[in-house]
Amino acid sequence: MSLDQLYQQIILDHSKVRHGSGLAGIAAPAGAFTGQSRQLNPVCGDEVTLRVAVEGGKVAQISWDGEGCSISMASASVLSELAEGMTVDELRAVIGTFREVLRSRGKVHADPEILGDAAAFEGVARYAARVKCAMISWVAAEDALNQAT
Amino acid sequence: MALVSTPATLERAVPAMDNAEVLRIRNDFPVLGQLVNGQPLVYLDSGATSQNPLSVIEAEQEFYEQRNAAVHRGAHYLAVEATEVFEDARQTIADFIGADYAETVWTSNATEGLNLISYALSNASLWAAQGRGDGRLKELGVGPGDQIVVTEMEHHANLIPWQELAFRTGATLRYIPIDDAGALRMDRAAEILGQKTKVLAFTHASNVLGTINPVQELVALGRRAGALVVLDACQSAPHLPLNVKELDVDFAVFSGHKMLAPTGIGVLYGKQDILDVLPPFLTGGSMITTVTMDRAEYLPAPQRFEAGTQRISQAVALAAAANYLTETGLDRVHRWESELGQRMVAGLESIPGIRVLGPTAGHERIGLAAFHVDGVHAHDVGQFLDSRGIAVRVGHHCAQPLHRRLGLTATTRASAYLYNTTDDVDAFLEAVAGVRSYFRV
Repeated sequence: MSLDQLYQQIILDHSKVRHGSGLAGIAAPAGAFTGQSRQLNPVCGDEVTLRVAVEGGKVAQISWDGEGCSISMASASVLSELAEGMTVDELRAVIGTFREVLRSRGKVHADPEILGDAAAFEGVARYAARVKCAMISWVAAEDALNQAT
Repeated sequence: MALVSTPATLERAVPAMDNAEVLRIRNDFPVLGQLVNGQPLVYLDSGATSQNPLSVIEAEQEFYEQRNAAVHRGAHYLAVEATEVFEDARQTIADFIGADYAETVWTSNATEGLNLISYALSNASLWAAQGRGDGRLKELGVGPGDQIVVTEMEHHANLIPWQELAFRTGATLRYIPIDDAGALRMDRAAEILGQKTKVLAFTHASNVLGTINPVQELVALGRRAGALVVLDACQSAPHLPLNVKELDVDFAVFSGHKMLAPTGIGVLYGKQDILDVLPPFLTGGSMITTVTMDRAEYLPAPQRFEAGTQRISQAVALAAAANYLTETGLDRVHRWESELGQRMVAGLESIPGIRVLGPTAGHERIGLAAFHVDGVHAHDVGQFLDSRGIAVRVGHHCAQPLHRRLGLTATTRASAYLYNTTDDVDAFLEAVAGVRSYFRV
């Protein structure tokens, strides 16, 4: 498997654009329930703090701050773009699907219909050392969702 | 006519290492001959763990095929054989570092060695408080109001055991800061070390910066303060001639797996008069003289600190590794690796967007270099290099406070050993030069 399959253009783009990044600059919608989670990868020092705002059973907003490799930053960006407007149950299901793909060592293929841009992370599953990088913001989102609902 | 060589003629007779010799050395290391991602493996992660020559692998295998038994007990043939090679190995390692036999204690690794010292020192105050053991324990023990001094460049293994010792005893932990070039602030060291300092623990060579610390000056400051001096020799014992008696440190630790030996074996050196009175850290079988249901009396060093069945095959393999290094000549290894380190730094400095940690080119460093690539995270750098068959370490290299001091969270580190050629370094430099364009920064 080539490096380009891991670092797809969409991942490199998202790692620079960082959709949803900047917790302090993005106010949560008034009246929304929010949850916030900080996740650390002690191996490399990567970290993500992510906030979910839930309004009327739907994800109104995901915003985050973080520092880490291109995979972890792109993954948080893709997640925040993908999640907005989903119901809480839909987001939980998508997180489950994403985790299943990432932990499959390449055996489970990502369906772009369900995962959207996050399907680009399918290649990460073949790099065991990088699975945590791709998962870190998704784990934070799962934890934050539990607090907000 | 007697043939007597003076050191000067010896020096002339032994030429410096070169690529041709390294290529011969590489034949002794089976793991280095493979392809990784379709490219010849360039292994530049020996600072994390080194590879094993056949003589080491065979020493361990030979032990299991011919001599395996528990040592120091049993009267049968194999037990005697096993005890003999185990204790011969200890003598080999003692000679390797200029120590005496009884001052050379087996541990699992340097981390265990440092924990052993720190626990023995808090046990010393507990013993002294209850009038147990030698009268000197009162002065060796660490207690409230005492100071433990480390440096800002320490590996977590030479930091956290001291944090915990301070926590257990009420002592204060202080550190000698570094300057922006990665050197210890010796002016600050002189201010910090004082009458209250009980322990001074520092690394011989930094696993991140590559600097070699001024051991002599630090030992002098430690002596003036009346402190015990602990040397982390993890990045020096495998790479340069080390003589613990000449350095006059009280303790030194290193790990076997960083010096061509298997994992699971390390060494603690301690001055005999200190080791013989210090309370043990781990207790149990093999380290006692008499045991009743209420209490036990302990053997002197080294057995005093070797509770339980020991890592026998690993000790034998470590001795084989020491022999391999001695035969190659550690002064030659050190010179060769210094050359590789200089080549790395000079090359890295010429690549735009690279910041090298520690001394700049032309200044003394061991054969490693850690660096930051502007706009690209270390994990991505490491992944890119791996795709070209190049193995490096990424992350904080177990030195988070040092990285924080330098304003970084993670860096990439290339570390060489006696089996690396200048071609390895050049392949690494060529790959690093392509990192920023690959990630479009």
